[in-house]
Amino acid sequence: MRPPLLSISGLDLDFRTRSGTVKALEGIDLDLARGEILGIVGESGSGKSVLSFAIMGLLDGAADLRVANMTFGGMSLDAGTVAEMRGRELSMIFQSPRTALNPIRKIGRQIEDVLVRHGPVPRRKARAAAIAALAQVRIPDPERRYDAYPFELSGGMCQRVMIAMALACNPTMLIADEPTTGLDVTTQAVVMDLIRDIARDRQMSVMLITHDLALAGEYCDRVLVMHAGHIVETAGVADIAAGDLHHPYSQRLFAATPASSDSLDDLAAIPGTLPDLRGTLPACRYMGRCDRARPDCAEGPLPCHRPSADHTVLCRYPL
Amino acid sequence: MTMLITILRRLLSAIPSVLGVIVVTFLLARALPGDPAAFYAGASATPESIAEVRSQLGLDRPLLLQFADYVGDLLHGDLGHSVSSGQAVLSDLLTRLPASVELTLAALVFALVVGMPLGVWAATRPGSFVDHACRLLVTLGAAFPTFFTALVFVYAFYYRLDIAPEPLGRLNEIYFVAPPQVTGFMLIDTLLAGDMEAFRSAFGHLVLPSISLGLFALAPIARVTRAAMLEALGSDYCRTARAMGLSGRHILFTTALRNATLPILNVLGMVFSFLLGANVLIEKVFAWPGIGAYAVNAVISSDYAAVQGFVLMMALLFIFLNLVVDLMASIADPRVRYDV
Repeated sequence: MRPPLLSISGLDLDFRTRSGTVKALEGIDLDLARGEILGIVGESGSGKSVLSFAIMGLLDGAADLRVANMTFGGMSLDAGTVAEMRGRELSMIFQSPRTALNPIRKIGRQIEDVLVRHGPVPRRKARAAAIAALAQVRIPDPERRYDAYPFELSGGMCQRVMIAMALACNPTMLIADEPTTGLDVTTQAVVMDLIRDIARDRQMSVMLITHDLALAGEYCDRVLVMHAGHIVETAGVADIAAGDLHHPYSQRLFAATPASSDSLDDLAAIPGTLPDLRGTLPACRYMGRCDRARPDCAEGPLPCHRPSADHTVLCRYPL
Repeated sequence: MTMLITILRRLLSAIPSVLGVIVVTFLLARALPGDPAAFYAGASATPESIAEVRSQLGLDRPLLLQFADYVGDLLHGDLGHSVSSGQAVLSDLLTRLPASVELTLAALVFALVVGMPLGVWAATRPGSFVDHACRLLVTLGAAFPTFFTALVFVYAFYYRLDIAPEPLGRLNEIYFVAPPQVTGFMLIDTLLAGDMEAFRSAFGHLVLPSISLGLFALAPIARVTRAAMLEALGSDYCRTARAMGLSGRHILFTTALRNATLPILNVLGMVFSFLLGANVLIEKVFAWPGIGAYAVNAVISSDYAAVQGFVLMMALLFIFLNLVVDLMASIADPRVRYDV
């Protein structure tokens, strides 16, 4: 097997705040193969976005990041190397594309800025390259759109511009942080299809961050389920689609995902809220919300079950 | 094209303000305490002579007709005569206005050149030493009254250190001949006349008054720059710029600062009009022949026509200023062009 493109082991992240230290991520291990689309699923506050910021080196000063090992393409990924790779090897798109684009700069110029910065094209050819990048994300009439401002475009169009910008320099990995949140359903599908097609064409790895397990199941090769800063389950797409999930939280998440045949009554909300990540926490952070919990769930380390080769579950009493 | 429409629409929308200003100045002159007829008739006036003056001035006619006369005079550029100077109010104001505008502009330039970099610097390092130093300077600048700073400056730099010229007007008129008035701005006129010595003297005379006035404007400019930059740097689009690996310089200036321009511009308009009114004390301290001092003298000597003319001109100036700020805003931010 070829070595993974991105490999992380033993990643811990704390935020120092006035009201105490927030243990945002703990014991994160993950591998991302070349060309693989990896979904990261969890509810708001589970640490999905923070994980992507940690990889991109975009954390603010209050963050305390400790990593046993983090490599990208065989190189160690730290503050220095990641700054060189951002936008070139490693790129990112965000949710709410309308606010994520500079509101007072023409979109074509914003793509040019990235191209010129990383230098794959000479400055005088930058305009043509920016238009080509717009065409590649299937924006109709790219010459005219070059001069548009973000507020003149729809949300879906803005997200395509974001994608064009992120992919302008042919990165080997793209982190997509809730790329379809705030877009209507048909636009969602268009944007996701676009990301998948480009990833297939270029052998680009994608880390898709979403709270939508169904979306992840449809577009990803593999899915990580996160809860309160832990990765609780890793499963291949076949297991996800079949609902063959073994962690109580993943199972709940699956039950909370609407299918077309469901009525509203079939949707089950997950009881409780995320635990307060300040102060001391039990080994299993889902314990307080779990109906299978027993006192020894608080004791670490939690055992890791492997129902199949690419399936891991971090739970003492899995389903 | 959009730009042209914006300008036209904005000009049209200024018309009601102008009309309002004319009505208010008219009523204001009628509402001022004291009887102008009695004032003009002099100390030894009899009731008959006062009545005569009143009918001469047209003050016994219905208010509406008086207003019509007033508007008619305005259309002819006639603001009446000043009792204290004996000149037409309009020419009085026009000779004094450039001095005040030059002083105000110089103060604004000083405040911008110091305040904006300070705000940007503080925003890039919130909570640091620079940030606290910025806050201290801003507080001090706002806390001391301008005339006090001005007096301290005169004492220190003219009287004690003797590096500043005497605080007596815009130019040392013993050594230099005032250049022919073209723009009314001493710096420009001396240059146009090709008189470098006079230019230097005029510049020297401008330094202390504009800094003492500018220190007051520094506070709002530095504060709003800092706030706007903090907001821009924390925004989603700056995060995008960082994720795309753009350089720190590009993020700070091209991305963040340009987005922060709009709030800074708005404050700039406010600060400018505020300075124009506030420089009367500076003009007193430095014997600056501006309109502030003229207006104060007019009020003290109950020179109604002069007061009325001053208020009218200032109001028109404010309207013009707001117009300029709006147009600059629509250049700075494409979104503004669409919802003026």
